[in-house]
Amino acid sequence: MRNHPSYRAFLVHRLSGIALALFLPAHLIVLGLALETAMLDGFLDWAAQPAVKAAETILVILLALHLFGGLRLLAIELLPWSDRQKDWIGWAAAAALAVGAGFVVRSFA
Amino acid sequence: MLKVEIWRGTEEGRYETYEVPSQPSQTVLDLVTFVQRKLDPSLAYRFACRVGVCGSCAMTVNDTPRWTCRTHVQKVVERGRVRIAPLRNLPIVKDLATDMVPFFDKGQEAKGRFIPSDAAATSVAEISPEDPKRKEADAAIECIGCAVCYAACDVVSWRPEYLGPAALNRAWTLVSDARDSDRIGHLQAVADDAGCHACHGHQNCVEHCPVGINPTRSISGLKRLVLMAAVRGRL
Ligand code: SF4
Ligand code: SF4
Ligand code: FES
Repeated sequence: MRNHPSYRAFLVHRLSGIALALFLPAHLIVLGLALETAMLDGFLDWAAQPAVKAAETILVILLALHLFGGLRLLAIELLPWSDRQKDWIGWAAAAALAVGAGFVVRSFA
Repeated sequence: MLKVEIWRGTEEGRYETYEVPSQPSQTVLDLVTFVQRKLDPSLAYRFACRVGVCGSCAMTVNDTPRWTCRTHVQKVVERGRVRIAPLRNLPIVKDLATDMVPFFDKGQEAKGRFIPSDAAATSVAEISPEDPKRKEADAAIECIGCAVCYAACDVVSWRPEYLGPAALNRAWTLVSDARDSDRIGHLQAVADDAGCHACHGHQNCVEHCPVGINPTRSISGLKRLVLMAAVRGRL
């Protein structure tokens, strides 16, 4: 019954939202603590650890998924109906992955 | 032989398994009718037209809401088995028959009825079939009231007061009807928390409507009109 793209888009949007609500405060606290305890150089070293970068990459992808998913919903609700709205799911996912890939390239290269 | 599992009871109950001979072009409704006529006359279910017009035969078939008179067994059978239950999101009267009253009541709550103007009409309203608003209404108007979309909608199961796809779709046909005289009244009826804004747009309704109606499209239209009316202070 729920095996179709629009429902999956809804789930991704909902779950990324929940994950962000949990993740973002933790991210900010850790960031704040790291900045407080270490001097900037120390912090930059800390931020360069692969695990931290991986966590940040996940955060960026979640943010991008939620952002583009949200834009898609706004388009469905505010613009006249378009039968191409199914394709927007693909575009939103592709845009989020592109942002994630861009982040990975920038931070690991 | 097909193994047909049918829900027996009310909210409390169990699946009973029946053996029904397989036939070419057999529908799910044929299975149920066979069981009721040949194996257990106490089985309760509902149907009328058998040709996809009346909307009374909807049931849950292998976990998916469907109109059973137009669903071929061949399309849904899984390893020789078909599991048939009453529609989701509605109280069960007995076996496969649900109480449709909450569903039809929501049609009224959504003010899903035509409101004529006060003055008696002196001439026939001329509406071009090419008029864009008429086209919007026409795309949504062939609803047979089967409640398949209502059973498929997760928001209805999460928030039982939600008006649901069919009632909102009906409201949309009326605000899109140039002859209706109470557009703001229709919008008011669907503007609250249980109305169009509760819809998450996940389109289970669209995927399952047997006659190809797109309630999500109608509900998005209502959301826009409600927003515009609110911005203009008319709600
Ligand atoms: S799109 Fe709206 S009405 Fe349709 S199934 Fe989803 S929540 Fe229900
Ligand atoms: S919109 Fe479609 S699924 Fe829903 S009640 Fe009408 S015909 Fe049935
Ligand atoms: S019996 Fe009328 S629609 Fe199926």
